[in-house]
Amino acid sequence: MDQEHDNNDRIEKPEKAEKPSVVAGDSKPADSVSAAPKPPQGMVERRDLRTGVNEAGFSRLSRRELLKVAPVLVLGAFAVPNLQEPLLRRGLGFSDWVSKQLFRRRHLAPTFRDSELTPFERFPINDYDVDDPGVIFENWTLTVSGAVQKPGEYRLAQIQALPRIRQNTRHVCVEGWDVIGRFGGTRLSDFLAMIGADTSARLVTVGCADDYYESLDMETALHPQTLLCYEMYDQPLTREHGAPLRLNVPTRIGYKQAKYLTDLKVTNVLDKIGYWEDQGYSSFYGL
Amino acid sequence: MSSTVVDIVRQAGEETEVLGRAVYEHPLVVRLCHWLNAIALFVMVGSGLQIFRAFPSFGSKIPQKDLLHWPKAFAIGGWLGGALQWHLTFMWIYIATGLVYLGYQLFSGNYRQALFTHRDVSGVWPMVKHYFFFGPKPQQCEAYNPLQKHAYTTVIILGVLSVLTGFAVWKPVQCSWLAWMMGGFHWARLLHFLVMWAILAFVFGHLVMVLLHGWNNFVAMLTGWKKDPEY
Repeated sequence: MDQEHDNNDRIEKPEKAEKPSVVAGDSKPADSVSAAPKPPQGMVERRDLRTGVNEAGFSRLSRRELLKVAPVLVLGAFAVPNLQEPLLRRGLGFSDWVSKQLFRRRHLAPTFRDSELTPFERFPINDYDVDDPGVIFENWTLTVSGAVQKPGEYRLAQIQALPRIRQNTRHVCVEGWDVIGRFGGTRLSDFLAMIGADTSARLVTVGCADDYYESLDMETALHPQTLLCYEMYDQPLTREHGAPLRLNVPTRIGYKQAKYLTDLKVTNVLDKIGYWEDQGYSSFYGL
Repeated sequence: MSSTVVDIVRQAGEETEVLGRAVYEHPLVVRLCHWLNAIALFVMVGSGLQIFRAFPSFGSKIPQKDLLHWPKAFAIGGWLGGALQWHLTFMWIYIATGLVYLGYQLFSGNYRQALFTHRDVSGVWPMVKHYFFFGPKPQQCEAYNPLQKHAYTTVIILGVLSVLTGFAVWKPVQCSWLAWMMGGFHWARLLHFLVMWAILAFVFGHLVMVLLHGWNNFVAMLTGWKKDPEY
């Protein structure tokens, strides 16, 4: 320790430091430089000044320190075509895992005043296929299957008989735009109770009239703001917005809000996650 | 000063000639964090701009008024989903290296080398005169001059802001308080974008200074040792 202080004191005096010095063969320990890596062979011991290193020694020292930074090159794995995809899938998977940990079932998405609503005509219509898959409303039913006590066909009137929730929430699209909309419908949790769903199952999956499909984990499905939505802006859903029934999940990204629902399943098995998720988008994407 | 100095010497018989000095400026942790973070930043900006291409606006969706069309050639990921994969992967490297760096700097006291404090204020104007108005070069007696300290301190704050605004954009519901502080998702997204440009402005200045001030500075960030420092 004393040696170190000694050394530092001398460094403070540049005029003395510039003076060439004589090699001393005495007892100054080699490791007096403690904050820095130990100078390798080539170190010159001197009595009066800070440590001296000859050129070859300094080169060796530099090379060794350079090698220590080499682990950075590990990131080059992302440039290897065969490794890139699995690595990115891992990375996205980790983000999804974090998303899941951050999700709190009782934490509500912010709600907004009516004056903050995006006007209905400026609420975007985003489809992957068609604006109107041509659902025939008279024949429409929601087909319920999976881990439920009462599977079968459910009419819209049965869903509408459950308590109606209306909420002004933000719809965030993965593209980056966002709108505040007014949604009305029944809580998915109420509907799951009605059909006698096994809520210890992991997932609720939905199928759509336009062959779109989606899945929600049970935590999100039971969230109080997750709706089976049949109204927007206090009017029955229009065809472009997913009539007669769509999902409204304010705690999740836009592509989770599946439209034109035809099927609902409670399950533990997931062969497909969702239309966009299966193309490579985040499978959880909780907001 | 936490740096350590050695003399580079040549021995000829009994005589030792001092050829120059070298200072150990950048501990290994700092160097590793610097380069990992630099790569992560590169990927974050590239993929972020690809994500931005999906909706290159900060106004309404209907009608949509585009702010700027960023060329695909200068973006990473190829498509929105791909860019999100890069962004949501490298953000962890970006955050982790940032945290390790900050933790190390605070713990080791090494931050004193780079932190801009009130003592540096008086040195700012002479440095500005030197850099931009051909003024005389102020004498340098530590690793970083006041303007450098200012830049490094600012960019650390910007880095923290980039993560906070990013979380507000990624998690506007679970981190609703964070998004609320920024005025909601919409503004958080704009702030995230602006912070990126501010960081890019730093990077531009940083690279110009590395080019102007030479090889020794650059090597120091690789080996830790800076040859022939000015101080």
